[in-house]
Amino acid sequence: MIFGSGILKGMLVTLKNFTSSYFKGPDEGGLFTVQYPEKRLPEKENFRNFPFLVFDNTPDNLRCVACDICAKECPPKCIYIVREFDKEGRPLKRPATFDIDLTVCMNCGFCEEACPFDAIYMDHDFEIANADRHDKLLYHKDDLLKSNEYFRKIRPTNASAVDARRHEAEEKKKAAAAAVAAKAAAPKPTPPAAPNSPAA
Amino acid sequence: MDQIFVTLKSGILDQLGRFLPDWALVVHSVLISITAIAILGPVTMMYLTLLERKVVGRMQNRPGPNRVGKWGVLQPIADGIKMLTKEDIVPLRADGVLHFLAPVLIVMPALLVFAVIPFGRNMTPVNLNIGFLYFIAVSSTSAIPIFMASWGSRNKYALLGGMRVIAQMISYEVPMVLAAVPVLMLTGSLSTNDIVTAQSGWGGLQWFALTPWGFAGFIIFFLCGVAECNRSPFDLAEAESEIIAGFHTEYSGMKFALFYMAEFMNSFTVSAICTTLFLGGWQGPGFLPSWLWFFLKTYSLIFVMIWFRGTLPRFRIDQLMGLAWKLLLPMTLANILIAGFWHFTHGWIKIAGSIALVIASYEGLVRLNQRYTPEKRVYTFAE
Ligand code: SF4
Ligand code: SF4
Repeated sequence: MIFGSGILKGMLVTLKNFTSSYFKGPDEGGLFTVQYPEKRLPEKENFRNFPFLVFDNTPDNLRCVACDICAKECPPKCIYIVREFDKEGRPLKRPATFDIDLTVCMNCGFCEEACPFDAIYMDHDFEIANADRHDKLLYHKDDLLKSNEYFRKIRPTNASAVDARRHEAEEKKKAAAAAVAAKAAAPKPTPPAAPNSPAA
Repeated sequence: MDQIFVTLKSGILDQLGRFLPDWALVVHSVLISITAIAILGPVTMMYLTLLERKVVGRMQNRPGPNRVGKWGVLQPIADGIKMLTKEDIVPLRADGVLHFLAPVLIVMPALLVFAVIPFGRNMTPVNLNIGFLYFIAVSSTSAIPIFMASWGSRNKYALLGGMRVIAQMISYEVPMVLAAVPVLMLTGSLSTNDIVTAQSGWGGLQWFALTPWGFAGFIIFFLCGVAECNRSPFDLAEAESEIIAGFHTEYSGMKFALFYMAEFMNSFTVSAICTTLFLGGWQGPGFLPSWLWFFLKTYSLIFVMIWFRGTLPRFRIDQLMGLAWKLLLPMTLANILIAGFWHFTHGWIKIAGSIALVIASYEGLVRLNQRYTPEKRVYTFAE
């Protein structure tokens, strides 16, 4: 151990970093910075940012039924939903207003998990910087609506699983409807047994 | 190529000489040199900041500034504009005069030192016969503006930084001068020009740093120089993890930029003087012009300074003082002795004697630097 050899060793490490930053690739100890606005890293599929609402085919056909579960689940309470009513005052299965305050949203993804209708999912769009935080960062229904194709594009695995599930449910529903129709056509069977009572 | 700047200057003077009297020509000659230095200093400083950020960045696997212009070459200009337009804040209870004067005064020694640096053949702005003494004298005054800054801003962190600077600068000046003494001894002159000329042998490669004593002196001088301009790892004066920014805590805008400028110009001049004394100044094999040799060597020393900064953690104040007084100072004294011996004896006596002296001084240093461990005491109860 010569006096100062530790310092020399340290100096060699930095020198190696210095030279390898010019001559080596990102995987071999060179520069690994990606110059962001010009180049960007591929997005991870499960990367989650602010939520968006999914619609099938046309924007009128959105999946959300205004059940308010996500608004109740949202920890910082940044979702605001008003149900739509028809002319006679009967409630419709769609929201009239659906606002998310992105300045409050903490990207937790609870809304996505809570929604029983596969209607709300987390987006990949993170470039939402804006000079007007009161107006431009309060997203209304129109800002939030995005097509199922878009969902399939950014998160193929999740989207196909959801699609498969929905398709299955659809088939089941159809089958049930068909069965009901068949039943209605057939002679009335004996009434089913009474539902389980606590005494039973 | 070698004399391009000299020819340029005399060309300008010839043109002026057509319609100016002789005495005015002298004034203009001085003015031209001053202008060249006044431009060189700040421009050097601006691009040293860029170089430093780039090199340190590369050492940390970052690309460094690269947004303003290609490779960030316009970054220093953007920084300059930012500094100039920033608000200048003076603390309410500060001593206004001192607070204002300090950044102005600190640039002066840094610029004045440029006067004696031999930038190339026939390119010493002022060929003083006490050039090196002038360098030491002028550069040591930069401790005073720093102390003015720290006292004038009425801030305890600034004051702590100021105290550290004074302690550090005074202690490191001693080994710095002593490390240069062998060079002065052998050249028999204090003039920077003569020192460079004395290293002209071997086709411009007979640098003092290539002799044993010169190498030791070079290392010590360079270390002390790094400490003199308060650069890492000796940057206790502005240790941001302990005392915010040290003596320039209370400075902002252009005043802060002046401190910064002084620091970078100091590191340039220290490297330049180190080159002059030990690395042969502008001497070098003839395929490059002399001033290019000078700048090459100086910038490689500056690179080493930046390299230090990218590598080494900061000293503690007692380690700093210990290094100067307990290690560097005795080493320089031994070095003077060995240099004399090496130079004035011949044959095997020279080699054997020098080696003996090195061993003896090494032993002495180790003995003297041993930590005092008191004997273990045994306490017994009275019967
Ligand atoms: S991601 Fe979390 S915070 Fe944001 S809207 Fe959904 S539940 Fe609320
Ligand atoms: S997004 Fe889902 S949970 Fe929220 S209101 Fe619509 S259907 Fe209900």
